[in-house]
Amino acid sequence: MTEPPHRSPVRLSVNGRPYELDLDNRTTLLDALREHLALTGAKKGCDHGQCGSCTVLLDGRRVKSCLVFAVAADGGDLVSVEGLAEDGQLHPLQSCFVEHDAFQCGYCTSGQLCSALGMLDELRRGWPSVVTADLAAGPNGVTDPEIRERMSGNLCRCAAYPHIVSAIREAATVETRPMGSLR
Amino acid sequence: MSAPATAIGREQPRLEGRAKVTGTARYAVEHPADGVAYGWAVQASVAKGRIVRIDTGDAEREPGVLAVLTHENSPRLHPAESPELLLLQQPRVRYRGEIVALVVAESLESAREAARLLRIDYDTEPHSSVLTEHHPSLYKPDHVNPSFPTDTSVGDFDSGYAAAEVRLDQTYRTPAYHNNPMEPHAATASWTDGRLLVHDSSQGTTDVQVVLGRLFELPAEAVRAIAEHVGGGFGSKGTTRCTPVLAAMAARQVGRPVRLALTRQQLFGPIGYRTPIIQRIRLGADADGRLAAICHDAISQSSTIEEFAEQTAVLTRALYAAPHRRTTHRLARLDVPTPSWMRAPGECPGSFALESAMDELAVACGVDPVELRLRNDTEVDPEEGVPFSSRKLAACLRDGARRFGWADRDPAPGARRRGRWLIGTGMAGAIYPARIPGASAEAAAGPDGTYQVRINATDIGTGARTALWQIATDALGVPGDRVAVSIGDSDLPPALVAGGSTGTAGWGLAVHRACQELRRQLDDRYAGTAPPDGLAVRLDTTDEAAALPRLARYAFGAHFVEARVDVDSGEIRIPRMLGVFATGRVVNPSTARSQLIGGMTMGISMALHEEGLLDHRFGDWVNRDLATYHVTACADVERIEAYWVPEEDDEGNPLGTKGLGEIGIVGSAAAVANAVYHATGLRFRTLPIQLDKLVDRLPTG
Repeated sequence: MTEPPHRSPVRLSVNGRPYELDLDNRTTLLDALREHLALTGAKKGCDHGQCGSCTVLLDGRRVKSCLVFAVAADGGDLVSVEGLAEDGQLHPLQSCFVEHDAFQCGYCTSGQLCSALGMLDELRRGWPSVVTADLAAGPNGVTDPEIRERMSGNLCRCAAYPHIVSAIREAATVETRPMGSLR
Repeated sequence: MSAPATAIGREQPRLEGRAKVTGTARYAVEHPADGVAYGWAVQASVAKGRIVRIDTGDAEREPGVLAVLTHENSPRLHPAESPELLLLQQPRVRYRGEIVALVVAESLESAREAARLLRIDYDTEPHSSVLTEHHPSLYKPDHVNPSFPTDTSVGDFDSGYAAAEVRLDQTYRTPAYHNNPMEPHAATASWTDGRLLVHDSSQGTTDVQVVLGRLFELPAEAVRAIAEHVGGGFGSKGTTRCTPVLAAMAARQVGRPVRLALTRQQLFGPIGYRTPIIQRIRLGADADGRLAAICHDAISQSSTIEEFAEQTAVLTRALYAAPHRRTTHRLARLDVPTPSWMRAPGECPGSFALESAMDELAVACGVDPVELRLRNDTEVDPEEGVPFSSRKLAACLRDGARRFGWADRDPAPGARRRGRWLIGTGMAGAIYPARIPGASAEAAAGPDGTYQVRINATDIGTGARTALWQIATDALGVPGDRVAVSIGDSDLPPALVAGGSTGTAGWGLAVHRACQELRRQLDDRYAGTAPPDGLAVRLDTTDEAAALPRLARYAFGAHFVEARVDVDSGEIRIPRMLGVFATGRVVNPSTARSQLIGGMTMGISMALHEEGLLDHRFGDWVNRDLATYHVTACADVERIEAYWVPEEDDEGNPLGTKGLGEIGIVGSAAAVANAVYHATGLRFRTLPIQLDKLVDRLPTG
């Protein structure tokens, strides 16, 4: 006899809504969203944390959901692309992505948007990146080099990169809500 | 969004933009399906041989496993189809990574684990997987893709070349390239009452419908294939691939819907790739750089399964004038996966060689590279002798040079340094065929004043849905918000695959004609308003497209690149890239720009990042994911600009459009390599150009 698979109860808040799941311990956060909650906005591009298409916000930080086991996120507060618009009103980042044509096939877009939100928050907190001239003083605002560097974990094979950068730059000027008010 | 008769030419946000930014656009394995099961493909671990034993015991004991499909138990497929698609039918292994089994289970986790537990023993045979100029299997194929003559000859190349004042003879090498669309190849299949429904990540579901019908011996109407949203393809989803076939086999076997997505690693082989290519270019010119003789010899590979003959040298037949010319293609058949379509097949790799050689000729003659190309411009197709429908290469070269600030360029290589950076600029020309395939389309008017346009076009990110909507809106002469476009479903009127940059011209013409005819009938018979039951018009443009006058039909372009090379590390940066294109009438400037810069960026990627590294001992690539097979990332692209010159090519097709999905990549890698030469004085004829090839050869200090 083979052992039964190991399963665990997992509680998650997703886009402000509580879920109680019973999941195979091997289930990733990405597969929990896609296959168990029918939230297919987060995409599976590589399943190895190399492309960024699965990026979501977990407790306010951007994570690659294919690299997180769902059991390890038990009790977590998760925001996926489906949670960005409020009452049918697009988040400024979403509108800017549409206006700047910051995507083509759209498969990386959910990850780009969640990553951009997390990234803008990191910038506001003054976290430096490799292109930050003065590590102690922190980044000098939402500049193109900072955006490019910090968004390089999100691949776009259609190469909408310059439009992604301009969309984020513009959204950063109109989006003043702190991350906590997303939900 | 309502401005009659002026939709074409306006910046129009994508119609599906909101669905894509809210995560509600559904891709191939995202459609709800009751009782869905999951497939996981298993690949051969040897390059050549025969399966002698399969132990499915451990795999089948994994909880949740529903079936393990192998050649011993799979549903039989009708053998008339491409051997590439006759999956799990026989025990031979033709390349490492060939799909030899499929596990189906209740969950992804179980399927994946069971795939790991499957034991397959092989009798192996020696394999040959490395392309060389002297491979014993080299032969001359009957034609090259899609149906070009294998070799051509005009004048007398040998004597023209021998008599030339300046001669250049160089060999250029490009490695295997992997398409790597962001959405891996994937399909969901389900059978209901003998009918097959497939959601496929495909560039064209008319082909998927036909092929699945043949494989499973079903009438075409019993198969429906849908590709509403597709996460990129770049050619790799252009023909029916293994995924819908395997998903349909699995769904039939277990009697449930099955989702099958290949993993990223599994894409490196089974779904095709751009062949490695060895190209020899010979150019003979007078001292002023006027070409007397051109010869382009290309060697590429295919598998033992099928012939796939990349049309590498075809662009050299039409790009520059020269009285004496020759092109040849030879193919080796290796124990490798079958290469397949990748963005601008033929023109993309071919232009790297030709446009690098033109740069070398410019240096040898002491002529500016832009001027060299202008001197070798031609008003008629130099091999066919027919005029071009329009040819604005010179306008692209001049406009690009002006915008880029080329005029002040000092031609001396390795002569500009700022701090640690060596700085250079380079350019290249571009050409891509402007084909107009026929298609069927339907336009219908409802009594409520709305219009439905139906065509099985596919939007893989090109913006086709939006462009067709703009074309329809203008042809109907109504506000755009009354027009709906349906695409991506084999139940719609059939149309060709999204490939060859043909969509806007080919699908566009069918939509244009159907809408024009509907408008005419409404106006003539119903005083402009649809009758109570509505009115529908369906037509096909195959005859019209075939009857277009015999002309050379091409889009053209010119790339300009600034490269910086770190004198200590050899790191290469591209701070600026600018392209100017002549692509006929541009329907949607917004999505057109995105397509062009996307192609140009893929050219940077080809020049500097991408390389399938073959381990000849295993006959397989060692870099099989996005951490080791590098594609251009956000930080690699700085200032990149795409423009177009005014061109309304009414001789080309009645809408005046040409395609632009591929012209952006043509010549782009050569422009980067030429800029690196100008920065460093080092000529690279093998891609990619990476710091390990530079670092020991740069000036010190």
